[in-house]
Amino acid sequence: MRLVVASGKGGTGKTTVAANLAHALTRSREVVTVDCDVEAPNLHLFFPSPSREVPVRTPVPAVDRDRCTLCGACGHFCRFGAISVLRSEVFLFPELCHGCGGCGYVCPEGAIRDDHRTIGSVRCSRPAPSLTLIGGALNEGEVQAPAVVRHAKRLAAGAPLIIYDAPPGIGCTVIETLKGVDACLLVTESTPFGVHDLALAAAVVRQFGLPTGVVINRSDGEDGETRRACRELELPVLMTIPFDREIAAVQNRGGLISREYEGWNRRFSTLFEDVCRVGGET
Amino acid sequence: MMICITAQAPGLDAPVEPRFARAPFFIFIETGTGEAHSVANALCGGPGGIGPRAVQFVVEYGVEALVTGRMGEHAVRALRAAGIPAYAFAGESTVADALEAYRSGTLPELS
Amino acid sequence: MIRLAVISGKGGTGKTMVTAGLAALNPRSQLLADCDVEAANLELLLSARQVHATPFEGAEAASIDPDRCWGCGRCAELCRFGAIAIRDVVAVCEPRDCEGCGLCERVCPSDAVALVPRTSGVVYRSATDCGPLSHARLYPGNGNSGLMVQTVKRQAERSAEPADLLLIDGPPGTGCPLISTVSGTDAVLVVTEPSLSGLHDLQRVIGVCRRFDPRIFVLINRWDLDCEIAARIEAECTALKVPVVGRIPFDPAVIAAVRAGRPITLTDSPGSRALAGCWEVLRQELALA
Repeated sequence: MRLVVASGKGGTGKTTVAANLAHALTRSREVVTVDCDVEAPNLHLFFPSPSREVPVRTPVPAVDRDRCTLCGACGHFCRFGAISVLRSEVFLFPELCHGCGGCGYVCPEGAIRDDHRTIGSVRCSRPAPSLTLIGGALNEGEVQAPAVVRHAKRLAAGAPLIIYDAPPGIGCTVIETLKGVDACLLVTESTPFGVHDLALAAAVVRQFGLPTGVVINRSDGEDGETRRACRELELPVLMTIPFDREIAAVQNRGGLISREYEGWNRRFSTLFEDVCRVGGET
Repeated sequence: MMICITAQAPGLDAPVEPRFARAPFFIFIETGTGEAHSVANALCGGPGGIGPRAVQFVVEYGVEALVTGRMGEHAVRALRAAGIPAYAFAGESTVADALEAYRSGTLPELS
Repeated sequence: MIRLAVISGKGGTGKTMVTAGLAALNPRSQLLADCDVEAANLELLLSARQVHATPFEGAEAASIDPDRCWGCGRCAELCRFGAIAIRDVVAVCEPRDCEGCGLCERVCPSDAVALVPRTSGVVYRSATDCGPLSHARLYPGNGNSGLMVQTVKRQAERSAEPADLLLIDGPPGTGCPLISTVSGTDAVLVVTEPSLSGLHDLQRVIGVCRRFDPRIFVLINRWDLDCEIAARIEAECTALKVPVVGRIPFDPAVIAAVRAGRPITLTDSPGSRALAGCWEVLRQELALA
């Protein structure tokens, strides 16, 4: 089962829900989590433990100066300005390169080969015997976030249960996270922003045809608008987490309510069974 | 020698354009003879990363100095790599004004 | 004109609420921009009336003409992004996966491929009671939001109305839309909350901002939900030499105002007063009369 926890709006509590789910489920099975919010990974803050890191590399051109005739074909082909011939030199902007391999293809002298550069890393840790954390991190200033997400997901491939913590929003990094997934939980809050952005996220998730359930987080009891929106979007509300200072206190310090309270542990296990049922699996 | 001035329209009377890579027109002027060519900038509507491509374009034209308002960091680096100085106009309103200011050496270098 | 961006690092700390609250307090002429193009919410608090909408073309994608395509598969073979597949003997490009590199166009033996601009969103101009609002909506799945952010800012600045302040509601995170938002601003107000991830992301976003040299101010929202972490945030700000200009207590009136689609500062409440106090400090710091 590959489950993604996502939301339209940032800060609704995706990571908190993903972390609580993971913890509750480790009692009965092996869980792998993948933190796909590679620009601001936070899942590991709930499970501090030493980690191993592997670099994520992306292709960049390397020019053999002996073969290069400065003809400029590479520069004329490149739509991103990553390679050009300026006066008597080939000039590279590696951070603009998308790794398409086109410059190498068009070079009449075969002077360009693939080199690589590091744009981020994937970190792995085992905070508990049945819990593996995998998290992608994009280096500051880099833009190829989807590539780091792909790498992170690859490391988890094949595990029987994977929980993906998606980045907020609906951009290309979220899309990369949603690929090849079986079900989705959308986390929202009971505000007009939450409802507005839930509709955006629901539209995206629908494009993937994913069975989806909703978690309303930080509810103050005035959920009418949100529940109405969920009915219209045909999304079942599977869990409501009340706004509660005690809960907030636990979570703000990196604690988990599924660890502190037996009742919440059971509720998160049930949440998992419920979302599987939306998908038609158990 | 050949210089390039960024403009909003073709011709020496055209108003200058402060942006480099997204300038609608490049005016290439042979300072020795005063001959000028206006070339529409095919890159000006493009997505990001067009700075280096714009530099490539003017370098291939044989430009030895650039007169414009401002440039992004990639364009700055590419221009530096190509050894081409860039000067900033300020207040000069037409290409002809900017050319005059360049000739009189009063334009500051763009860093 | 002073350019002030309200940002956060971590999402959900209250940027939009703060931006709307400040906008409603500022009696001077101002321009507004919502640079959170993936989930633009500022309009929901300012009763925005749309004046103009322009499609936004962000990047190009390959378009394959099925009538010209031979189905030879060279494009699919060479595409490094897996964007092209052969279906029913013709090549089909999935625009969502296409990076617009043009290699398929180059290798196609039958001229069946063209790179065409993709409409990846819409840019809006709206009127509000607090000033003209420039905002946008990015269609799902698109990248290049940095360019859209720049377009929103430039549209705001081109407003015919004279103004002393450009107030920007920024995106969350530290990626390229945030960088586009912060570049060229005179000051940023970082809205944070007293949680571990809030502190973590505050440090991250300040690090990114320091590359651009705006003046940096911090506001701690819902600070009394965890006084200990709030104190850690204050200590961190002192260490980083960043002034904390506001501390907003948790206040149910804030959420009530959001639900009513109004800026908090139009009514009196502890949260509203704290935000007004923050504005006083900012006005002095930025020399706005």
